[in-house]
Amino acid sequence: MATDRGALAASRPLVGRIAHARGRVFRLVVIGVVAVVIAGMLGIALGTVAVSPAETLAILARQLFGLDLGVATTPGAEAIVWDIRVPRILTAMVVGTGLAVAGATFQGLLRNPLADPYVLGTASGAALGAAIAVLLPIRIAFLQFGLLQGFAFAGALVAIFVVYRLSRIGGLSPMTSLLLTGYAVGSLLAAGLALAMYLSGAALRQIFGFLLGGFDLASWELLLGTAPIILIGSALILVRARALNGMLLGEEAANHLGIDVRRERAILLSLASLVTAAAVAISGLIGFVGLVVPHVVRLLVGPNARLVIPLSALFGAALLAYADVIARLLGDIPVGVVTAVIGAPFFLALLRRTRTGYEL
Amino acid sequence: MSDSVISLHGVAAGYGEREVLRGVDLEIAPGERVAVVGPNGAGKSTLLRLITGVLAPTRGEVWLGGDPVGSLSRIAIARRLAVVPQVAVLPFSARVEEVVALGRLPHEDPLRGPRAADVLAIESAIARVGLDGFVGRDARELSLGERQLVLVAVAVAQESPIVVLDEPTVHLDIRHQVDVMELLSDLNRRDGTTVIAVLHDLGLAARYFPRVLVVNGGGIAADGPPAEALSRDQIQSVFRVDPWQLTPPWVAAP
Repeated sequence: MATDRGALAASRPLVGRIAHARGRVFRLVVIGVVAVVIAGMLGIALGTVAVSPAETLAILARQLFGLDLGVATTPGAEAIVWDIRVPRILTAMVVGTGLAVAGATFQGLLRNPLADPYVLGTASGAALGAAIAVLLPIRIAFLQFGLLQGFAFAGALVAIFVVYRLSRIGGLSPMTSLLLTGYAVGSLLAAGLALAMYLSGAALRQIFGFLLGGFDLASWELLLGTAPIILIGSALILVRARALNGMLLGEEAANHLGIDVRRERAILLSLASLVTAAAVAISGLIGFVGLVVPHVVRLLVGPNARLVIPLSALFGAALLAYADVIARLLGDIPVGVVTAVIGAPFFLALLRRTRTGYEL
Repeated sequence: MSDSVISLHGVAAGYGEREVLRGVDLEIAPGERVAVVGPNGAGKSTLLRLITGVLAPTRGEVWLGGDPVGSLSRIAIARRLAVVPQVAVLPFSARVEEVVALGRLPHEDPLRGPRAADVLAIESAIARVGLDGFVGRDARELSLGERQLVLVAVAVAQESPIVVLDEPTVHLDIRHQVDVMELLSDLNRRDGTTVIAVLHDLGLAARYFPRVLVVNGGGIAADGPPAEALSRDQIQSVFRVDPWQLTPPWVAAP
């Protein structure tokens, strides 16, 4: 049997390669799932307040399955494990998924390896929105969202909408125009943000916290308000993997390969922006995840979006979950600092490993 | 001729105010091999953009396989017609077989992706274009000419009844120019593929294409067998070059 397969693989080298690649993808999925599960356990078990493993398990068993393990638990421990640690680690995973999927989408769509979820002004828009929310003297909540989350979400979407509309004026190719417009609008919004920070006085720290990103504010309410947007948006992007694949040879070639480029571009931009806006709203600006994770995945499995999107989702979740655990263990430093410290050297190493280099 | 795979009736087209083509009538029957030649800026690429449905005519009608091309979805066009672009720049590294696999996009299941039949088509395209030795290599590391062969293989994998090529030989050495021409003839003979190629090399056009379209001055200046469409007078008037200026000096003038 083995020799038969060997002979077949020798006569049809592509089939052998595909089988090999499938095995590799399967191993990566297993590694990713295990990494996510371990990150989840660490995120629930570790923290500044010690809760014994038995007590933690008892709390989880009761909350999840209604089981009584016969271990005494205190209401304080219950609140720490179930109301703080569990939603926090899940938020980190969901945000990591969203940023990595959005990054892969923007990179594929703009055909630019340096693109990340924030490239078209979403980051500046969200940050300005958050800063305005901090400065406003009112406090309201809407659909579980606080004012800060709501304004950040809206700011990101408004920014990308403005960029998209402005980019359609003028004779540049749509993708170049989008990138340049994104840069210009982003700079303008950054100026607004600088002004808001200058005027913010005592609230500066809160704005700064948003800029550095983190999961301090994570709660079940925020998670349940944004996770559906991120997860459904990511799934809908995965369904359109064919369009992303078509873009690999350029927009004109994509047209000839049967992709309705104008329509798919609008849909994918909307989905990726929505996912980014939701992620930014609950966690602030966390860099490197959306840039680095899709590149690592492409290096491992090639450019096929049908693999890149789900594996980016998995590894994005794992990376951000570990980054948050590390951030908490280091005395609750901003998670954006951790992703940058892990991400930057990793990315540099990656650039050296790719033989062809990254051209724009 | 109602059995044409491509027909243009009184077509005018351009970009903004600038009209590039006007009054173009053209019928291409199934299984034809047509070379499109003409000076730079004459409108060859515009003609291809009309046929491939990327550009809508300002006047007249373009029909593709019995339907107005404007009424067809991109995927319906892609199943009828494959296009080989001049160049393509890959933003990420991709193996040769991964690029050739893109030819299957119009056929593959949108959710499940390529299946056994698609793999077979990819393998066969790689073999026919002679890229077996390149499987597993990063397409971005290949020379321009080799990349052009990969783009030809993408179109072969697409298995559409019409193949349109935009100067498929510009980056190729003469060995590969001949190979690509032979491949196109083979696709035409064995699979009945209709081949339309924009060419700058009049010699290749004359040698490998039974029908030559000369595009000049916003319209079709000549349409016929090479001996007629590429006569000495025709070449002189369209390209303002005496054919003998293209010939090596040791070939005797008549």
